[in-house]
Amino acid sequence: MMLFKLSLKNIKKSFKDYAIYFFTLILGVAIFYVFNAIGSQTVLLNVTSSTREIIDLMVNMLSGVSVFVSFILGFLIIYASRFLMKRRNKEFGIYLTLGMSKTNISKIMLFETLFIGIISLVIGLIIGVGASQFMSVLVANSFEADLTQFTFVFSSSAMIKTIIYFGIMYLLVMIFNVINVGRCKLIDLIYASKKNEEVKMKNPIICIIVFILAACILGYAYYLVTGGIDTLTGANDIFIPIILGCVSTFFIFWSLSGLILKIVMSFKNIYYKGLNSFVLRQISSKVNTMVLSMTFICLMLFVTICVFSSSLSIKNSMTANLVELAPMDVELSKTRNISQEYVNETGYSEILREDSYRSIEESLKLVDFNVNDYFKDITTVYLYVYDDFAFEDTLGSAEEEIKAEYPIFTYHAPEEIMKLSDYNKVARLYGNKEYTLNSNEYMIVADFDSTIEMRNEALKTNPSITVFGVTLKPKYDECQDGFVRISNSHINTGIIVVPDEIVDEAYLEQEIMLANYQASSKEGKRAIEDSLLALDNHPNSGNITMNASTKISIYEASVGLGAMVTFIGLYLGIIFLISSAAILALKELSESADNKERYAMLRKIGTDESMINRALFKQIAIFFSVPLVLAIIHSIFGIEFCKYILMTFGNEEMTKSITMTAVFLIIIYGGYFLITYYCSKNIIKDR
Amino acid sequence: MEEILKIDKIEKYYGNKSNLTKAIDNISFSVNKGEFVAIMGASGSGKTTLLNCISTIDKVTSGHIYVAGDDITKLKGNELNKFRREELGFIFQDFNLLDTLTGYENIALALSIQNVPVKLMDKKIEDIASRLNIKHVLKKYPYQMSGGEKQRVASARAIITNPKLVLADEPTGALDSKSSRMLLESFNYLNTELKTTILMVTHDAFSASYASRVIFIKDGKIFNELVKADKSRKEFFDEIIDVVTILGGDLNDAL
Repeated sequence: MMLFKLSLKNIKKSFKDYAIYFFTLILGVAIFYVFNAIGSQTVLLNVTSSTREIIDLMVNMLSGVSVFVSFILGFLIIYASRFLMKRRNKEFGIYLTLGMSKTNISKIMLFETLFIGIISLVIGLIIGVGASQFMSVLVANSFEADLTQFTFVFSSSAMIKTIIYFGIMYLLVMIFNVINVGRCKLIDLIYASKKNEEVKMKNPIICIIVFILAACILGYAYYLVTGGIDTLTGANDIFIPIILGCVSTFFIFWSLSGLILKIVMSFKNIYYKGLNSFVLRQISSKVNTMVLSMTFICLMLFVTICVFSSSLSIKNSMTANLVELAPMDVELSKTRNISQEYVNETGYSEILREDSYRSIEESLKLVDFNVNDYFKDITTVYLYVYDDFAFEDTLGSAEEEIKAEYPIFTYHAPEEIMKLSDYNKVARLYGNKEYTLNSNEYMIVADFDSTIEMRNEALKTNPSITVFGVTLKPKYDECQDGFVRISNSHINTGIIVVPDEIVDEAYLEQEIMLANYQASSKEGKRAIEDSLLALDNHPNSGNITMNASTKISIYEASVGLGAMVTFIGLYLGIIFLISSAAILALKELSESADNKERYAMLRKIGTDESMINRALFKQIAIFFSVPLVLAIIHSIFGIEFCKYILMTFGNEEMTKSITMTAVFLIIIYGGYFLITYYCSKNIIKDR
Repeated sequence: MEEILKIDKIEKYYGNKSNLTKAIDNISFSVNKGEFVAIMGASGSGKTTLLNCISTIDKVTSGHIYVAGDDITKLKGNELNKFRREELGFIFQDFNLLDTLTGYENIALALSIQNVPVKLMDKKIEDIASRLNIKHVLKKYPYQMSGGEKQRVASARAIITNPKLVLADEPTGALDSKSSRMLLESFNYLNTELKTTILMVTHDAFSASYASRVIFIKDGKIFNELVKADKSRKEFFDEIIDVVTILGGDLNDAL
């Protein structure tokens, strides 16, 4: 019972030191609950089945991410408790000299962890339940569902999950603490505070060399993901810049403090001004002792910034693209005129081969769907594929060069060819530019950036192509912007538009029907959409084949996908942010005892209070910004890389999402910084 | 003789009305410029409280302390810091050097918080370092120095700003006898050659014998006072021992 009281009093006493740890735990629990409770909240949402599917996918992914998150939080808690243990060496030393057994000390630690665990779980869950009510509004908003009435949602499954996950984490911490207590020696405990801290100075010349080397490696990694991105051919090649980046980050932190110290020391006027020498030495000793943690923090911040800004931009650009890229309500497409050879090769069914000789309209009649009853503005266009006329055949004299530059592209993919009149029909419908061609000219219409790049390179060399036995010259020396299929992103890799008269109908490949629904209201359109989807259940549906994309389904998919990516990004980002900020804050605060003596000494030799506060502020600010600055530099290149990967989603809206990311960063990271500053100020205060 | 420090009937009480401890009970004395005064007393006699009051780290309950004619019991906030920075130098028992800074930087810190131009620093530090024989440790960190070296670096830091008064709190407390002797020789040098006024608190008769005057404190009051005058250090030491004996068992640890 005495041990119980002792641990209770310990917690009360050291609450100030524990405060930020506590705060982080509570935040961790709350966030964990909120994101795991999303599943139960969305049950009440009135959404379509396709949105429901995406929500289910998201819930599954969130629970997968939760496992990862629990690892991160687990490491954070163990790391933090190691700090807090160190601070209490002397206290344990006294217990041991008084004759308390190590078992009893372990018990004290057990009780303490238990208390902290229970209290943080309870408070965290209460806050989590509160916050998840706001979350349900956010969820409804993101999936554009009507939240007609507000209902208080409590997810018992999320609560149980939170308790189990955190319970396991706390259990691990307890075991860890017990092992730690068992290992410590009395002499070290008692004299822990008396030990003179050894300032391990690294050789500045080695530091400079290491720094330059690390910076070069980092520069190379940056080059690999931006300018030299095309040299990354295999899927595993992406690990090269990642590993290079991690290693060089480590060595930059390893050499940084020595380097900066050396540089500033050579400016004596700055170094010996006020408390600058003190501040710099404080930071450098701190950075030196936590090179590995700094590396992790920097990388976590980097991932956070990239994940945040890309996930937000995916959502933004997908919704923004829709208006432009899905101007029609529905697009039906169908492969036409399938040959007997093809059937023999692939085992395509004979019924469907027969169907491929029917037009879309005729096929639909078979399932009792008269397009004229439901559709208006019907426009039908055709795509042709000429023998083996493929991408590589459009490159002309630039072929070798382009193949060397972009080795991973499939160059033998057949090219789609379209009649000029057909293209102009679509362009008129979409409000895009219409074109004219002479009888010996062709043009390429595309809107997917990376193939545009390749095609433009080729078009510069004025390559002529031979299709349907006619040789054509390019009208323009670059691709023209445009598309035919409706979509939520720029995915038209290129359509060759040729004069009508040269096209041989025998090479017909695809029929595309574009149309609007014969309805003006949202509900009316939805009803037509539903009857279109219901055709799948028609008895004759097995005899026909065709693809359909509709504006509504594209819209729901992109809204859902955007929301899903945003939520996962938010979840990971917030956890990463609080973890890294908490490690920095704990490191700073756990040294407050040493610092207290140092600042007391400064005070004794007559340093002004304002000077001391300024020094403290500078010290903590620099300490917090060191990993952040490197992370931001990483992110400049990381985001470039993300843009490249996510090019299909469009990259128009990056500034907005980066601003949002910055706001998040400032609130969470900056908040931790301020709390740390005020706590430290309080600790070093003269009493 | 110019009076650097004048202590006028100061008292310092701890506790409340029902349980009052008089740590300092009506003490008055003064220190002239260029003097080396030792204050002796047993543990709990109030000598450290006295030093804390003079150094403005603690506040007196009543009475006045004048340093170079200014009443320092009236100072507040940053005036106190300014006073400590510009008029006083400190030497502590446990050295109180910053372990993250080199010897040179520790000494420089006392100058830089007074905004002394960097140009002047080098010369001043070189000068004081050669006088205190610590030139070889300027580039070292405190953990690389011996106790005596640390204390001499601390002394250099204390006097580099030319303070009116140097306060030393048990400066030999953590040193072996050889280092103590070297440090006290340095004090003597500072006192005689650089005319530094030193007020040292100690419970060690040997250390006290280096002073020009010794004030004995018992239970918060002045008990006795000895002046070295022309006596040799050995004779003065014997005299101090006599007083310590009269003081009784309280100061036995002085031997």
